[in-house]
Amino acid sequence: MLLGANSMRIKLTVNGDEYALEIEPRTTLLDCLRDHLGLKGAHAGCEHGVCGACTVLFDGVAVRSCLIFAPQAEGTPITTIEGITPGPGELSPLQDAFCETHGMQCGYCTPAMILVAHALLADNPNPTRDDIVEAISGNLCRCTGYAQIVEAIALAADRIRGTNRPPEVRK
Amino acid sequence: MLAADESARIIAGGQTLVPMMAMRLARPTRLIDINHIAALSYIRADGDTISIGAITRQCLVERDKLIATSLPLLARAVPFIGHAATRARGTIGGSLANADPAAELPLIAITLDAVFTYRVDRRTEKIGARDFYIGPMTTSLPGDAILTSVQLPVWPGKIGVGFHEVNTRRSDFAFVATAAQVELTDDGRCKRIAIGIGAATDFPIRLATAEEKLKGSTLDAAIVKDAVVQALADVTPLSDLHASAKYRRRVAADLATRAVVDACSHALGRKLHAH
Repeated sequence: MLLGANSMRIKLTVNGDEYALEIEPRTTLLDCLRDHLGLKGAHAGCEHGVCGACTVLFDGVAVRSCLIFAPQAEGTPITTIEGITPGPGELSPLQDAFCETHGMQCGYCTPAMILVAHALLADNPNPTRDDIVEAISGNLCRCTGYAQIVEAIALAADRIRGTNRPPEVRK
Repeated sequence: MLAADESARIIAGGQTLVPMMAMRLARPTRLIDINHIAALSYIRADGDTISIGAITRQCLVERDKLIATSLPLLARAVPFIGHAATRARGTIGGSLANADPAAELPLIAITLDAVFTYRVDRRTEKIGARDFYIGPMTTSLPGDAILTSVQLPVWPGKIGVGFHEVNTRRSDFAFVATAAQVELTDDGRCKRIAIGIGAATDFPIRLATAEEKLKGSTLDAAIVKDAVVQALADVTPLSDLHASAKYRRRVAADLATRAVVDACSHALGRKLHAH
């Protein structure tokens, strides 16, 4: 098939799955995930790197998917919120904790908050309150006042330590 | 490619350029992605300087042991840059070349008299930080040049550092940022000092007259404040919706004094309060 004048072929690895795409190079990773791969868990908020709603894990590190062009993501494993559940219909310990402590209301910031928390706990299984606040400081939430989000992450950290198993993600 | 198309732009971390594009403030014809040039990502000791490759991520500098021991002022300032998710992508060279008046890295480059290395026309050139910054978001780097590394001098001896900034929320753009590095003599007097002010003017500046005055002193807060206020009398700060010139001048004097006093305590081995 001929490529459109402004398209290029790329391959992405998202949540362990490989995708071959034909895409305009100016497409952000966020738009690519949502509109081309149907992964709507990465949310479009401000679309210029301020709100954090579009956060995904880029080789395990939390980044803004609105500030990366899709072709730049070739070769780097990406994890979205869809990739952190242990199985269909199940929730990760962090997702469970967010439900239990009411760490969300409208849910717009939630996938990003959970991914940021995943990155934090993978790096630091025993975070202080300050570590948690620092980790989520780049993510805006207009509903909760943040207190329950901090509580959720602390609860999940405690449980994950108890099971002696690191949080699972599919890269 | 840069020389052939003056609207082409180099993209590294993209943490400033992509928002500018999203807001249609930048409309480059081509983006030249240098993220995969591994040879531009390094932190290494180079004689009495530390050399940092242009596309070295800010988060690597934040965690680097060599930076923590040899360039404590840089280590102190990096956590103030954006937030963790932007430091994960943002590069050292990108922020330095972007020359945002409120950015932390240009302030550190000016305070420590960094030297920039760039490639142009297949030649390698060097330029000092004080000649590099010429206006807000403007450097003397030629349009078809690419910044390749920055060299930051390591001060020997008994040194201490201080860094402060004020903004509305953590990780927002600073209204005023101050950086100080001091070297003390064995009897606790100031042997060498550098005081930098960022975000208050078009590009970061040094308080050279205050530095001269404070050499040989014990860096007591009152003496420092006096010297800093006098040096700032010659400076016309920026005035905008966020902060008036009067406010910036007052805050710059206080924060610069605090940075120097912190640096002195740090050099003497006293514990500092967290920022």
